[in-house]
Amino acid sequence: MFGKLSWSAIPLDQPIPLITSIILILVIAGTLGLVTWKRWWPYLWNEWITSVDHKRIGIMYGILGVVMLIRGFADAIMMRTQQAVAIGGSQGYLEPGHYNQIFSAHGTIMIFFAAMPLVIGFMNFVVPLQLGVRDVAFPTMNSVSFWLTASGALLVNLSLFIGEFARTGWLPYPPLSEGTYSPGVGVDYYLWAVQISGIGTLMTGINFVTTVLKMRCPGMSYLRMPMFCWTSLGASLLIVAAFPVLTATLAMLSLDRVFGWHFFTADAGGNPMMFMNLIWAWGHPEVYILVLPAFGIFSEIFSTFSGKPLFGYRSMVAATLFICIVSMTVWLHHFFTMGSGPAVNTFFGISTSVIAVGTGVKIYNWIFTMYGGRVRMTVPMLWSLGFIFTFVIGGMTGVLLAVPPADFLVHNSMFLVAHFHNVIVGGVVFALFAGLDYWFPKAFGFRLHEGWGKASFWFAFLGFWVTFTPLYILGLEGMTRRLQHVNVEEWRPMLQLSVVGIVLLIVGAACQVIMLVVSIVQRDKLRDVSGDPWDGRSLEWATPSPAPFFNFAIMPNVEGEEAYWGIKVRAIESQRLSEEPEYHDIEMPVNSPVGFFTAAFASITGFALIWQIWWLAGLGFAAAIAGFVVFAWRDVHEFHVPAEEVARVERARRASREALLEQIAAEGATA
Amino acid sequence: MTDHPLPAAVETVRRVREDPHRLGHRAHGAEGPVQGAGHGETGPARKRIIVGYGFWIFLLSDIVMFACFFAAFAVQLGATAGGPGIKDLVEMPRVAWETAALLLSSYTCGLSFAATNARSKLWTQIFLLVTGLLGLLFVGLELLEFIGLAQRGITPQTSGFLSAFFGLVGLHGVHVTLAGMWLLTMMAQVQLKGFRPEIVHRLICFNLFWHALDIVWIGIFTIVYLMGATA
Repeated sequence: MFGKLSWSAIPLDQPIPLITSIILILVIAGTLGLVTWKRWWPYLWNEWITSVDHKRIGIMYGILGVVMLIRGFADAIMMRTQQAVAIGGSQGYLEPGHYNQIFSAHGTIMIFFAAMPLVIGFMNFVVPLQLGVRDVAFPTMNSVSFWLTASGALLVNLSLFIGEFARTGWLPYPPLSEGTYSPGVGVDYYLWAVQISGIGTLMTGINFVTTVLKMRCPGMSYLRMPMFCWTSLGASLLIVAAFPVLTATLAMLSLDRVFGWHFFTADAGGNPMMFMNLIWAWGHPEVYILVLPAFGIFSEIFSTFSGKPLFGYRSMVAATLFICIVSMTVWLHHFFTMGSGPAVNTFFGISTSVIAVGTGVKIYNWIFTMYGGRVRMTVPMLWSLGFIFTFVIGGMTGVLLAVPPADFLVHNSMFLVAHFHNVIVGGVVFALFAGLDYWFPKAFGFRLHEGWGKASFWFAFLGFWVTFTPLYILGLEGMTRRLQHVNVEEWRPMLQLSVVGIVLLIVGAACQVIMLVVSIVQRDKLRDVSGDPWDGRSLEWATPSPAPFFNFAIMPNVEGEEAYWGIKVRAIESQRLSEEPEYHDIEMPVNSPVGFFTAAFASITGFALIWQIWWLAGLGFAAAIAGFVVFAWRDVHEFHVPAEEVARVERARRASREALLEQIAAEGATA
Repeated sequence: MTDHPLPAAVETVRRVREDPHRLGHRAHGAEGPVQGAGHGETGPARKRIIVGYGFWIFLLSDIVMFACFFAAFAVQLGATAGGPGIKDLVEMPRVAWETAALLLSSYTCGLSFAATNARSKLWTQIFLLVTGLLGLLFVGLELLEFIGLAQRGITPQTSGFLSAFFGLVGLHGVHVTLAGMWLLTMMAQVQLKGFRPEIVHRLICFNLFWHALDIVWIGIFTIVYLMGATA
């Protein structure tokens, strides 16, 4: 009746997951209770859960990503502290089976459920605003994408209470991940959680390729698009090209595990190395799916806070597309030790080194953007400068690893761990914090507190280097990754130094939380009335903060690069805004619960498949299909925003802009 | 459709009906930007273009997924673990009938869309029904093939090669089955809701999907069956 599921699935004998589970259940129950008590459900349901507004969906992606980032960070703290104490005679406080689940969960959560949602959240929030349009190409599908990602995150966290998580690393390498060697449900949790969220990501990719290529405001030709739109397009193209590979590979592994097929088994003609090739044919483009939008965020920030157009805009576009293509040809560098022979390894070694050229072009462009500009040292700019320093070093250790003979020496060592954290933390995470500070006023109408922001940057920056420099050294000394216990007594000081770094990072994270709280408390003081708090250059700053749900009362007409900068300069020179246009009704897509229900059924189906409760899986799948049919049957797709409402919102915006113009004129007169 | 003033030539009427944005009848860049085609200068594209374009992108991703199974098949072709090889599997007459059924269904699917363009509900439904029946024939023949193999003890659990074979051919079969379910809901929508714009958009997507599955089958027919029989 219930497949493999029984009461023994609840980890009553393991204190750490049990206590975490109880605390989490209390927090969730408390939140739900508060929402019920305060009668927030109608608001939450109408304004957020069923919302198809790209800005709301972007913010929900952000919240999901931040929560998962904290979960993944807790795993990281446990790993670093365990290694610092489990040296020589001591076994530390985590037994091997649990430790293996922690490093697997850390990687899975950080990539799939923290970094991806945050990156996609920024794409959602920013791209339609920058393109000067009112929504993405498929607003309801966008909501389905988000909720499927949330469904995957739910399944990963459910493994904490019911059953176990994979012990096979963030990519479940066979034959270890096959049924013979991993008979529990851990790998199945991984497979279905990633599979469900992966489908959501694929739909996001399709949505954003179509949005960027087919939905731009008049005059927004390709070479007038802001850099973030270009890099989002690049990431979306890579999602469309790479995520089906992930789906196919994980489906093959599921067939092996559940039905005893032999795609990747060690016997009967299965081929484990085919898994490595397939998974990294997805895995390497995935790295660029994360980092390309990050590059876009930095491009916007360098240009805005240097008060200059982006240096070498066209070379930046070319470098983005170059990285897009070459990223599909480097996957084998993850397993040079497979032994494909010198010719194959040489090809992938060279292609890996060549891809760094595209990134190098970008680094120089950012530096030259600052050169001769009036650089403002704001919080986003600090993260960006920290990124350049950190990422250049991470890139150089990457090029070192790209040389096959050198790679053989440090393969799967702590050096590798330090390298990829160097590029992913220094590249992606720094970008996410920079972007958070940069676009927060557009989302919520007030800026984040600058002092706490700067404090969090310095702690995170120093903490990062104190944590990972020792790991580079340990890797060169021969320490392999994923050790629950360390035998070499001489490595103790370095491992302890790394814990000091983790403490700094915890302080940095605390500063971020304090920054949020302080900013919310002081929101009236930090209010952005102009809609353009940073003297921005692209179209999102033409809207009020927070932007109205229809984004633009009148679709902008773009007449050159840096669309908003042109409008702004013209207004300042002529000392007045453009003529007030005639307002029309606007059609906007209606809200839909289809995303929420699809994800609910997907969660049930996924849970049933993990525990092999076949009737429930069938039922969940049938319900999901029925949900789509019901959705297809709806008659109302759009609602009208009356012209008076549009005019009211737009006149308020014009009034604030006129006040800004007068202020600039007054400053000009006194200067 | 009706808000266009009727041009003189019947041919032009037909073109405007079938291709209101003149996407298929204009050399790229020969004239100015086309209104509503989403080329950047004229603002967002019309819904019909956006839906079709997005579906094309989905099809590309789906073909990438098939590509993985093709790659697995190529890698595992010799991994028979002492069991049967590709030569022992291929039954040419049955595969010929399967192929004929599927290719014919693509033709009838195209006819159904011609009927949609002519706004004929009856003929759209007839040709959709014929398409669905041919699809059913294809899936039925494939199922018989799989059952026959299983009776000879040839199952995906036997070897890496057979996993790859059943994986690739089965994935296509599952696609055709799901497309058949979609076809049924499309027939119901056409019957009950008529040719509303969103229904026509979905019919465009369905057509694209059905033809794409045909193209994938041609790959399977060639690489698995034809090359297998002559291996």
